[in-house]
Amino acid sequence: MISILLSLYWSFLKVGLFTVGGGYAMIPLMEAEGIKVHGWLTPSEFLDIIAVAEMTPGPISINAATFIGYTLAGVTGSLIATLGVITPSLVLLTLLSKVLLQVVRNPGAENFISGLRSGLIALILLASFTLGQTAIIDVPTAMIFAALLIGSLVRRVSPLYFIAAGAILGLLLYPY
Amino acid sequence: MASQAENPAKTESLWSILLTFFKVGAFTFGGGYAILPVIQQEVVENKKWVSQRDFADILIITQGMPGQLALNSAIQIGIRLRGTAGGLVGALGVTAPSVIILLIIAAFIYPVVRHNEYVQAVFYGLRPAVVALIAAAAIKMGREILQGWSAVLLCAILLIIAIVSQVHPILILLIGGLVGLILGRRNFLS
Repeated sequence: MISILLSLYWSFLKVGLFTVGGGYAMIPLMEAEGIKVHGWLTPSEFLDIIAVAEMTPGPISINAATFIGYTLAGVTGSLIATLGVITPSLVLLTLLSKVLLQVVRNPGAENFISGLRSGLIALILLASFTLGQTAIIDVPTAMIFAALLIGSLVRRVSPLYFIAAGAILGLLLYPY
Repeated sequence: MASQAENPAKTESLWSILLTFFKVGAFTFGGGYAILPVIQQEVVENKKWVSQRDFADILIITQGMPGQLALNSAIQIGIRLRGTAGGLVGALGVTAPSVIILLIIAAFIYPVVRHNEYVQAVFYGLRPAVVALIAAAAIKMGREILQGWSAVLLCAILLIIAIVSQVHPILILLIGGLVGLILGRRNFLS
């Protein structure tokens, strides 16, 4: 039990530390830690958790950490995973509070972050391919994916509409 | 909900910081940039805790530092108001609604409904929708960040390394960061 709590904390700390820019930046790391490294969940469970995290208020990575932590180690697990994901923010912002603006405007730091973000885009793209293999399994799911992706590129819509559309189309098109 | 602090111009009660960020955490959906207008409304316009200018600085820091946008903003505003204790309380406030709501779902709702046929149907449609969201996020971030051929090239090379080598994503991010550091910013942003 202690060892699973420690690995939950350490995994989610890494997720928190390398999520620069918020939102979906955490997807590749959470996928790597939760599915590939530890085998805590399957790709389709991971997608279900992201969907639930989108439907509920609050930051996605905190929602996902709570859910994954709970399924592995109950309430303690959920608190430990959440603590892990917020630890880097708490520590860095508290320790550096006086000099933060100088830090992020430092040319070296800016260069590092912009290079890191190039990598992040590659990783998020790759995650959409690997997760797509478990989500896009037949003609209806391929249509849902294509319609929503094209829709999102044409106009800016809240992720909530995506979730609502996915749920309704799922109910209509599911091979009962 | 006026705070009863000795020095009302400077000191905001921890309780009011907690409540404000609890509200932000409880009423913002979708994460990321969707949360920012809500925080701005609350802390700049309603509470007047920070000026528009300070809020802009907070955003710059938030985007350049690791962590969720809402969380990072809450910690920074908390620190400005009440030091480290304020930062902790801001983090607690913005995180608590997520933890409470997701615990209820994970403990009581998900186990009961997960095998229901209609719930299965909903998730059958939600999975490709989430993949579309993730792909759209990559494309949007790419349009915003990948300006100039060297950034596009770096992204493509890192993608190939990630596909071929199966290394941990942290390594890919660190390689990207180091290349950025060595090549310099002029090559990356138009």
